[in-house]
Amino acid sequence: MKGSRNDRQSHIRNFSIIAHIDHGKSTLADRILEATQALAKREMKAQTLDEMDLERERGITIKLNAVELNYKAPNGEDYIFHLIDTPGHVDFSYEVSRSLAACEGALLVVDAVQGVQAQTLANVYLALENNLEIIPVINKIDLPNADPDRVKKEIEDVIGLDASDAVLASAKTGLGTDEVLKQIIEKIPAPSGDPDAPLRALIFDSLYDSYRGVVVYIRVIDGTVRVGDTIKLMDNNKTFEVLEVGVSTPKIETRDALSVGDVGFLTASIKSVHDTRVGDTITLADRPAAAPLPGYRKMNPMVYCGLYPIDSAKYDDLREALGRLELNDAALQYEPETSEALGFGFRCGFLGLLHMDIVQERLEREFNIDLIATAPSVIYKVKKTDGTTVEVGNPSEMPERKYIDTIAEPYVRATIMTPNDFIGPVMELCQHKRGEFKTMESLDTTRSNVIYDLPLSEIMYDFFDALKSNTKGYASLDYEMDGYRVSDLVKMDILLNGDKVDALSVIVHKEFAFDRGKAIVDKLKELIPRQQFEVPIQAAIGLKIIARSTIKALRKNVLAKCYGGDVSRKRKLLEKQKEGKKRMKAVGSVEVPQEAFMAVFRMSHDD
Amino acid sequence: MMTDSGKKVRGAYIHIPFCDHICYYCDFNKFFLKSQPVDAYLQALAKEMAYYSAMGPAATIYIGGGTPTALNESQFEKLLKDTSHYFGREGIREFTVEANPENLSDGKLALMKQYGVNRLSIGVQSFDNHLLKAIGRAHDAETARRAVGRARAAGIENITIDLMFALPGQDEKMLHDSLETALSLGTPHISIYSLQIEPRTIFYNRKRKGKLSLPGQDIEADMYGQIIFELEKNGLRQYEISNFARPGFEGIHNSLYWQNEEYYGLGAGAHGYVDGVRYANAGPVKKYINLMDAEGCAATERHRVTAQERMEEEMFLGLRMMRGVSRSRFLSRFGRPMTAVYGEQIDRLEQEGLLEQQGDFVFLTRKGTFLGNNVFEAFLLS
Repeated sequence: MKGSRNDRQSHIRNFSIIAHIDHGKSTLADRILEATQALAKREMKAQTLDEMDLERERGITIKLNAVELNYKAPNGEDYIFHLIDTPGHVDFSYEVSRSLAACEGALLVVDAVQGVQAQTLANVYLALENNLEIIPVINKIDLPNADPDRVKKEIEDVIGLDASDAVLASAKTGLGTDEVLKQIIEKIPAPSGDPDAPLRALIFDSLYDSYRGVVVYIRVIDGTVRVGDTIKLMDNNKTFEVLEVGVSTPKIETRDALSVGDVGFLTASIKSVHDTRVGDTITLADRPAAAPLPGYRKMNPMVYCGLYPIDSAKYDDLREALGRLELNDAALQYEPETSEALGFGFRCGFLGLLHMDIVQERLEREFNIDLIATAPSVIYKVKKTDGTTVEVGNPSEMPERKYIDTIAEPYVRATIMTPNDFIGPVMELCQHKRGEFKTMESLDTTRSNVIYDLPLSEIMYDFFDALKSNTKGYASLDYEMDGYRVSDLVKMDILLNGDKVDALSVIVHKEFAFDRGKAIVDKLKELIPRQQFEVPIQAAIGLKIIARSTIKALRKNVLAKCYGGDVSRKRKLLEKQKEGKKRMKAVGSVEVPQEAFMAVFRMSHDD
Repeated sequence: MMTDSGKKVRGAYIHIPFCDHICYYCDFNKFFLKSQPVDAYLQALAKEMAYYSAMGPAATIYIGGGTPTALNESQFEKLLKDTSHYFGREGIREFTVEANPENLSDGKLALMKQYGVNRLSIGVQSFDNHLLKAIGRAHDAETARRAVGRARAAGIENITIDLMFALPGQDEKMLHDSLETALSLGTPHISIYSLQIEPRTIFYNRKRKGKLSLPGQDIEADMYGQIIFELEKNGLRQYEISNFARPGFEGIHNSLYWQNEEYYGLGAGAHGYVDGVRYANAGPVKKYINLMDAEGCAATERHRVTAQERMEEEMFLGLRMMRGVSRSRFLSRFGRPMTAVYGEQIDRLEQEGLLEQQGDFVFLTRKGTFLGNNVFEAFLLS
């Protein structure tokens, strides 16, 4: 028995695919699924692994997914592959590191035109930290301007991997897939855990299913978990009885047990994903492991914003919707808050901006709630004159200046990979964003890593777009949190028609207050439609007005022509106009559209 | 034209979807005349006239387009003959034909007179040759002036001219000159429309490419004020957002639309409103002809207007007229007082200075006339 179990274990290969956005990860995954006949061709939707509509649309992976594939190798032996998908965005780098920890190997997909990008690099380093065997795959070699030799050299020079065996592939046409499969078998080691040791299973994802409760995705490192076992979550010591275990092929297939090297799921009547944090270790209650798997940390929100229903009658719907999303999203936090301008809503915490965008979009799309989102804010640590320290995630709650001793803001260490030609513009941008130069590393003859410490709030505020446009799209960015620093910050208020609108307040660096204030009032002038009266917009620090613009009064808005043929069309036009107003929030006597609340934050960099 | 007597009052609109050139701003249902099956179209149209005239007489006739005068004289005669055969009768109140200055021949004028046309609508748009060229019109100012004179000579006195404002490159002086010329011609009616950029027009595409510079809202509002002032000063009273007339010369057919009355719509892409149903005919000419041949009717979209929609339309159409909407008529049509349905909206709009009430009527203030859409929108109930 033991022999065959070891034999099975030696035929398991667990791997992820690492790639920059758009370099072809999902397409390659599809080719592998096809080659192992996990799906008949007609069942394939393009990019099977990305399940949510949003993921498909944006071409990014948000929730992880793992599939078990059976592969009969040309040598006649049967292999079990577990392909573990990883999210491709910096907001989710911790999830990436956990899903990599569930593997022994990774396919590194690099676009044959674009070459190595900063995020790829960051993820490769995560993979190397997890001792993964890395198989380079140069994708899209069918493109006319593909340059696989250059990219090979980049992989060797920039990452330091041997690329002499790199697979030249076109996931789109299927070219190179066989070679990828061959290298998976030959190069990636089989799992090495001990099947007789106490259970240790790594949670690398979990999601809430309304019928089964939380579905926990695990990689078994040691031991075995069976249906009926009582498991214990090592972080919170909670115990649950296992109801089902199984794998996705990608169809759901239940099993009696999952053992060393297996990647699959279990359910155990768990009510909330907050109990099954990514990175935690599952063991057995009656035979617990001595220590959890290394590397677990709880994820805390980095970015906060207020979410308000445009129609205040939808407050309860919003609360319910957030509750539903929270079941599935352990990183999402929310608590009720009130704004003078916007009424009742919630202050919500997110891992990053993409996470924030995704939650907003899901609320609007899946729950049909029109929202106003205030500009995102980082958490400021405010030391007050009485010696106490408060954390402020909502600019309108910033204490009055006279009570403030210092304000500290979160910093990140940003690594910007750029062609050498653009080092100047990159440094100029970082400097302009209050960056502090740390160092520069030459990656090869043409590219360098420029490393800066930057305030997180500046990274949030149009940094990425500015970086792209300053470098013609060539530079890429990765960053990690780097503690708090005291800065010379002030709260800037925005007044519409003379009234302060709390939801538009922002925290800005004193030196930039004037420019930012000017940019904001001008942008608001553009975004807020003309009203029946003139509306002044002012930016103020304390009582001092630092910038001002004026929305002119609406003077003409009437359809010129309306005859018999037009009645239904004119009706539609009026309905559309009315619908548009429903998406605006009356702030005092001014109708303000949704996007204006983000304007204090989202502006093109040349503003 | 009230329906208080209980008798149905309907208009008949007949659409000629052919043009010999396409204006840059036009999004109507129209096709290049060349290689179009015009004769088959007129044949189908006659069939449709038979179909609708059997449902009851028309009080007014309006032949519009496209360009009705783009037809050649024999086609034009067939059109008028058929129209007069099916809808013409003693006491028809108004029989209008739209014409472009460049193809309004004396022959066509004589035919109009012969078949009972008693009102002519001439698409002048501007008396500035540069502007005319810039909006894709084929005539010049002189041709337009002469067209009015020739129509009079042919015995048609009731003439309206169409003008446009807020055109690309137009300033207030140019507008003033066009108004002055128009007034000097002494027509009893002028319609004047601000340019609207509609999808599927040449201007729309230019604008999207950033290649069209328009005067902007403030200048447009100034121009509108100037128009009202100059026309009213010369005895042309504003009776609708875009329509001005000497007393007694208001367009009867068009007023039916604003009074929320019914009308037959005939021809490709025409809309009609008959027995509580708003319908639209097939737009493409060949499809229209085929449907008429095969089914004897070309309506492809039908919508039975609900009681609520009828109330909404009573308001947003009726308020286009300076006279406004009659409360007693509202009550008799819908069995509910206007204030019971719209009290809240009317109060608010009055407070905003957009609406006024006097006697039996609720009507737009001057400010409301400029901001009509803000008012109309308020009367949509859902």
